[in-house]
Amino acid sequence: MNEILTLLENNSRLSASDIARMLDKETGDIKKMIETYEENGVILGYKTIIDWDKTDKEYVSALIELKITPQQNRGYDHVAEMIYNYPEVESLYLMSGRFDLAVLIEGKTMREVAFFVAEKLATLEDVTSTSTHFVLRKYKDKGIVYGAVPVDERGNII
Amino acid sequence: MDYSKILSKKVQNIKPSGIRKFFDLLETRKGVISLTVGEPDFQTPWHIRAAGIKSLEKGHTHYTSNSGTPQLREAISDYLNRRFSLTYDPKTEVIVTVGGSEAIDLAMRALIEPGDEVIIPLPAFVCYAPICELCGGKPVFINTKEENRFKLTADELRSAITPQTKLLVLPYPNNPTGAVMTKDDLEAIASVLRDTNVMVLSDEIYAELTYGFEHTSIAAIDGMRERVILTSGFSKAYAMTGWRLGYVCAPCELTRHILKVHQYAIMCAPTTSQFAAIEAMVNGDSDVQMMRREYNRRRRYLVSGLQGIGIQCFEPQGAFYAYPNVSKYGLTSEEFCEKLLDEQNVAIVPGTAFGDCGEGFARISYAYSVEHISKALDRIETFVNDL
Repeated sequence: MNEILTLLENNSRLSASDIARMLDKETGDIKKMIETYEENGVILGYKTIIDWDKTDKEYVSALIELKITPQQNRGYDHVAEMIYNYPEVESLYLMSGRFDLAVLIEGKTMREVAFFVAEKLATLEDVTSTSTHFVLRKYKDKGIVYGAVPVDERGNII
Repeated sequence: MDYSKILSKKVQNIKPSGIRKFFDLLETRKGVISLTVGEPDFQTPWHIRAAGIKSLEKGHTHYTSNSGTPQLREAISDYLNRRFSLTYDPKTEVIVTVGGSEAIDLAMRALIEPGDEVIIPLPAFVCYAPICELCGGKPVFINTKEENRFKLTADELRSAITPQTKLLVLPYPNNPTGAVMTKDDLEAIASVLRDTNVMVLSDEIYAELTYGFEHTSIAAIDGMRERVILTSGFSKAYAMTGWRLGYVCAPCELTRHILKVHQYAIMCAPTTSQFAAIEAMVNGDSDVQMMRREYNRRRRYLVSGLQGIGIQCFEPQGAFYAYPNVSKYGLTSEEFCEKLLDEQNVAIVPGTAFGDCGEGFARISYAYSVEHISKALDRIETFVNDL
C-alpha cells in the first residue's frame, strides 16, 4: 500500500497508530507493513531535513560531474561503489547526457572538497574527467523550501 | 445624529454574528491551538497562481464581460458536466461571481419578495437568514437532527412548506456538520418539491470535498433542473479563498435577471482571478484529488481521536468539519468552548454560532495539519478528563 510510504516520505515521525487512524486501518497491520518495508529495503532509512545555514556549522557542498570510461568486463557499478563508500559522498546518481555520474558531496571547506575530488575521485582508473560545482544556496530540498517558516495567515472567518 | 433613525431598519435588525465575541477573545490570547478556520490550509496550487501572475504580465487588467470571460464560463460548464452530469449553457446560464457568497446573495435577491418564506435547514453557514431578511423575506428554520446524520428529511421539508414558501436553501455538503445528501436523499427531497413552486438554492461550495462517495447535485435529479439555482466556487476545492471567485448557474430565464443584480452591484468578478480559475478548472483535477485525500486522512484522524477521548461524533462525510456532541459535559456549547480556550488554549467554534439548534455541539475544522490536530486532541483530552 503506497499510501503508507507517501505518508512516511512526507513525515517520517508519524507513528504506526497515527497512520492507522489516518487510513482507517489497524495499528498492528500498519506496524507489520512498515516492518516488511524495512526488511525488504523499500524503506531505507529515516532522516531529518536541517537548514544548517541557521546554525554555526561551517560547511560547503558541491555537485561533481564525472565522466567515466568503465573498464572492460565491469560496468558503472564498480566505480560507483568505489565512490559511494566515501562517507563524504551524500548522493550518487548515474546520469544520462554529457556526463555519467553526479556526485553530491559535503565538506568543511572548499579546499577540503577540492582535495577530495583531486585525490579520491580524479585518480580513479575509470574516471576520465571531473567538473566541480559548488552549491551557493539551497532553495529547496526533498520538497521542502528553505528559509520560510510557515505562518497561518487565515483570518477568523467561519 | 440619531443614526438609528437613519439606518435601514432591516439592517439594524440583523443580529451581528454571535461568534464575533468568541473570536475577539481568541485574538487576545497567545499560543492558541486553533481549529476554528473555515478555509483550506493549502496554498493555491502554484500552476494556478502562475496563471494569475501571467495574466497580469500580459496586461489583462480590464473588466471582463459582466457574466465573466467566455473561456471561464465554458470551463465551468464543461466541469459541471464532466463532474456532476449537469448541463448549463455557458453563454447564458453561467455567471461568474465574487465568491460563492455573492452567488448566494444574487440568487436570494433575485427571487425573494417581502413576505416570502425561505426554508433554511440548520445548522448552516451564517449568511442565508440575514440576506433573506434584507430582502424582506421570512426565514423558516428546520432543525436537522443528529440521529438523521444532519440530513434534511422529506418529512421535515413537507411540514415546513406553506403557500408562502418561495425558496429552499440546500447547503450540502454542510458547514458546520459535515453532513451530506446522497442521491437517494435528494430524490426524496425532489419528490416533495415536484408538486410545488418552491425553488431550490443549492449551495454546493463543498461538492468536491466528499469522502467515500461522489457528490450528487439536486439539479441532476429528474425534473429538478428548472427549479434549482446552483451556487458554487473555487475557494474550497482549489484552495482559492482569497481570490474571491464563484459562480451561479440556473435556467436562462432566471440568469437573465440574476445578471442584472450582479451587473449593477459588482460589474464583473476580478479578472486576474478569472484567469487563474480557468487554469484550475482545466488542469486542476489532480490538485483537488490530492487535497481531498489529505482532508480524508485528517478527517479519520480527528474523528477517531474524538471517539477515543470519549466524545461522541457522527461520521462527517463532507466539507472539512467534524461536529461532535459535547452536551454530556453539562456545559452549554459556548461555555464548553470558552472553558476549553481558557484552560487549554484550544479554540473550536460553539455549534450555536450556526443556529440555536447547535446547542450541545461544536464545530472542529480539520483544515489543519495532522500534527496540529494531534496537539489539539491531546489538550482536549486533558480538558474533558478534568471536567
